Amino acid sequence: MSEVEETIKRIQSHKGVSGIIIVNADGIPIRTTLDNSTTVQYSGLIHQLAAKAKSTVRDLDPQNDLTFLRIRSKKHEIMVAPDKEYLLIVIQSPNEV
Amino acid sequence: MSDTEGKEVSDKEKEHSEEKEMDTAKSPKPRKTPPSSGKSSPKKPGSAKSGTMTPKSPAGSRGRATPKSKGKREEIKMETPAPEEEEDATLPDHCEPIFLSSKTQTIFSCVCDSDVTKENRFKIIPKAAILEDLHNRAGVCDFHPIKNKIIEYPGEEFLLVYDRDFKFGQNFYICFSEETKEKLLHPPKKEGEVVEGEGGVPGEEAEDTTVYKYVPPQSKEWVSHGSEKEIKEESVVEMRRRLKVSVRRKRKLFGAPCKFTDRNVGDAKDGYVECTSYKDKTFDLQKIELDKGIQAIPWFMDSGTQTEWKYPRNANTQYYPREFSQHEQQEILKKKQTGTFMDGVCPRFQLALQQNEIMDVFFNDWLNLGEADNTFGSKADNHLKEYQSFADLQFSKEKKITDIQWHPTIKGIVAVSVAEKLTFDERIDNASKVIMTPSLILIWSFTDPINPQLFLEAPDDIHSFQFCPSNPNIIAGGCQNGQLVLWDISAHADRLKQPRGGNRNKRATVLPGFEDPNALKTPIVRYCAVSSIENSHHAPITDIMWLPDHVEINRMGVPQENKGFESCQIFTCATDNCILVWDTRPTKGPQQQQQGAKPKDKDGTKNPIGVPDTFKHLDLTWKPMLKVHLHKSEPGGDHAPTKFSIAEKQGDRGALSKATDGGVPDKEASVTGGYFQSGKPGSGREKRTLQTVKTHFFVGTEDGEVVYVDWMPQKDQDTGKIQTPKPDFYHTMHDGPIMTVQRSPFFMDILLVVGGWNFTIWKEAVVSGPILQSAPNPIRMTSGFWSPSRPGVFYISKVDGSVDVWDLLDKTHEPSITQSVSPSAITKIYPHAVSHKQHLLAVGDSSGTLHILEIPWSLRLPAPNEVTGVANYFEREVKRRGFVVQRWDFREHEKRELEAEAKKKAGIAPNVLLTDEEIEYRLKLEYQTYMEAEGNFLRELGITKEEEPLPQTYSVTQFLSDTGTQRHRNSVSRYPVTGFISD
Repeated sequence: MSEVEETIKRIQSHKGVSGIIIVNADGIPIRTTLDNSTTVQYSGLIHQLAAKAKSTVRDLDPQNDLTFLRIRSKKHEIMVAPDKEYLLIVIQSPNEV
Repeated sequence: MSDTEGKEVSDKEKEHSEEKEMDTAKSPKPRKTPPSSGKSSPKKPGSAKSGTMTPKSPAGSRGRATPKSKGKREEIKMETPAPEEEEDATLPDHCEPIFLSSKTQTIFSCVCDSDVTKENRFKIIPKAAILEDLHNRAGVCDFHPIKNKIIEYPGEEFLLVYDRDFKFGQNFYICFSEETKEKLLHPPKKEGEVVEGEGGVPGEEAEDTTVYKYVPPQSKEWVSHGSEKEIKEESVVEMRRRLKVSVRRKRKLFGAPCKFTDRNVGDAKDGYVECTSYKDKTFDLQKIELDKGIQAIPWFMDSGTQTEWKYPRNANTQYYPREFSQHEQQEILKKKQTGTFMDGVCPRFQLALQQNEIMDVFFNDWLNLGEADNTFGSKADNHLKEYQSFADLQFSKEKKITDIQWHPTIKGIVAVSVAEKLTFDERIDNASKVIMTPSLILIWSFTDPINPQLFLEAPDDIHSFQFCPSNPNIIAGGCQNGQLVLWDISAHADRLKQPRGGNRNKRATVLPGFEDPNALKTPIVRYCAVSSIENSHHAPITDIMWLPDHVEINRMGVPQENKGFESCQIFTCATDNCILVWDTRPTKGPQQQQQGAKPKDKDGTKNPIGVPDTFKHLDLTWKPMLKVHLHKSEPGGDHAPTKFSIAEKQGDRGALSKATDGGVPDKEASVTGGYFQSGKPGSGREKRTLQTVKTHFFVGTEDGEVVYVDWMPQKDQDTGKIQTPKPDFYHTMHDGPIMTVQRSPFFMDILLVVGGWNFTIWKEAVVSGPILQSAPNPIRMTSGFWSPSRPGVFYISKVDGSVDVWDLLDKTHEPSITQSVSPSAITKIYPHAVSHKQHLLAVGDSSGTLHILEIPWSLRLPAPNEVTGVANYFEREVKRRGFVVQRWDFREHEKRELEAEAKKKAGIAPNVLLTDEEIEYRLKLEYQTYMEAEGNFLRELGITKEEEPLPQTYSVTQFLSDTGTQRHRNSVSRYPVTGFISD
């Protein structure tokens, strides 16, 4: 099993994790545990949001950078870790925790 | 004016003498003009005219100009014909000389020297007239040579000028251009003006009408008007010889040295000449007042802009998300970069995920804080609030409300049945009056608290009624006289559904003059079926209930599946000791043939009273399909039911899933969709039997007993008749007739029974008695009802007009709230959840008023886990009940022991030792049961015949009883058996 799969498995093993998506810099999903339409929607929208958040952080302080983004909603929490080339999205439902 | 005229007169005298001397600018002009007129254009008279018009203004300043101009005018007048004739010597532009014969002249009424003269030379001829002439006379016509020009002429009228002197070779000339026409027509005006001026009338009117055209000024040859003379006068010319002056000085004085000394200026008189100021007496400066006005006006500007109008258009675009193929994905995933990324990022996620796992940091404590506080009684807002009340002066006043039903589907509609407040004897005494007053069910709407929306007419006072659960337009009611009545209000359903009072906006739709006088009247709906009086109850129907729509029972009381899902069976009970089951569908047999003939009637004769014939097949012939007679377990009368409750609930389809197949599904029945008329009660074989439907039900009686009985008839052991079995149990717990038997909406096996001065709560499986029995209340209770939303709450109404609210989780020894609602006794209550936010309690009293109360939120919203709380409470009560029973046994046993002890002490034979008689009796019983079992066994095997063994057994037993020993009995008992076999 590859490194990526192992990591995914490790994250998945946490309680309430309902989905993991790896997205490339263009917002195209590479690996997902969700169904296709949800994945496409999540990756497209979260990618834009993460890019905006990243630019905000960098505009405020050019030496700073965004490392992690947590979006808490009524139903679940979306966690995003942006990097130069990839974006990892994890969706956790804390209600089920 | 007279002054100037006088001057004129005097001037005129001088005129001739002076004329030669006066070399003014104007007088020579007319004389000079003639030679120049040859060159000048016809405008010349115009300029002359402007000259003549000047005299008035400069009159004062140029004293003598007026007389001169006057003289000049006269000269002009005399001379005018001449210049004009001279002008005409050249033919005006766009004109054509034409000869008109005398005939033509008469046609166009321009006969020479009569119609047209030298003075009145002009004649206007319409183009149409010439064209007509051309057409009529063709070549003969004088206009023929210029036909083309005439046709081309743009205007509507031609100007024909009379040329008396044949200056241009013909007697007329015609004008082909509008401009020339204008020019020719205008000059004559100048003549008229001059004439007017002579008459002393200023030619202002004439001037006003003149249309001034701007003619750009043209440079003209300079004409001397005398200004050169003025210039000459202005220039300085030496008139005399120049003076010569000689100045002399002595020679020695030239170049002599000067000696300057200081001296006082004031002393010096020789050094300067003083010019002192003085007032000049000749100086005269007049101050002149000047009126000047100035006004500022804002600048106005007109500007416009226009936007381009774009038509809205539908446009669309389509896209699909970019995706990697499986292979590409694998490629990327295999990259090392991806791995490092995931490794780098993973810890952050684990941290975040773990945080969420450990604790929900965003949990809103406030939202979950207040809930525990909502328990009953903690807030001020826990009283029933009056929402509305309904009373009809004519039909419900002084009557008592016997039943209340909320409309199952339409919000804000509530129906009440009213009955006379009379005892049986009074009723008989006032029979005539009672018969005359209509018995009604009133249907009220919240939109109109004055007038009921609908009246349902019944043959006698209704004591209980219910809307059909599957079709709310069908209402079944039970009468005072024991008859069951059906109404169909389909025709009036719209009236109830109207949001505003049904009778308000009716008028708008009706043509004037065609208004229905009864439009505002509440319609009275007649019943459409009533049961046969012989087969009905023999006492007032006290309770009525539609069977839930998924179930129906057959004639043997077996519950079966109802395929149509239409409620069609009704349970009724009355104090004549029986409960009847009715089916609204037509029965088989002769009536079915009737039904076949019915469609013809439907079209032909319409029911005169407008009664829908939904139930025509039932009217007056309706018989119950099942009768449940309530025998008492021991002799001495029967139970007289007042209320009952069955376990099946409308809408609860659970029983269907567990149904067992009783035969082939009845295809026919499922195909024929029609409800009351076409549907027929199928035979038991075709329908699935619903095994889980309980056929046992609770009945409350007039004597305050609660009876638990099976409605399914069984073969009676004694008589062999098929009839309702004896009740499983009954308990007398109430001191008066049972008024309510109702199942909890949350627990189907929990019943609330209200009657007399107390209420009891029963659980279906517990046979020993109620699980809760209230202490007797000082005031008699009249009805009770479970709260639709809170499992532990129910409402109890009392005769003193108050309502008790009981909360089982709050306290069970007294009501949580007692609230007075009505001054008269309450007869019926019915809480109803109108919406999630609004629960209303309908309270009917014995004075005919229906009170609608709003249930406070504390009684509306269930506490968290209230269901389990109440369920636990009931469980505890059941255990308590079990303990009570146990104690009963214990007490019984104890009592027996005590008795035995007492007997022992009293010296009576010990209880343990049996007398011979007793032993013998017991043995006899034992043997009898053995023989019975043996007989049955043999019969089953088919070894013995029915009749034979009984007498023999009897004889043997007799014999046995004689011997009295067990051993004998055993040996003998074997004997007959073998004997039978050997036989």
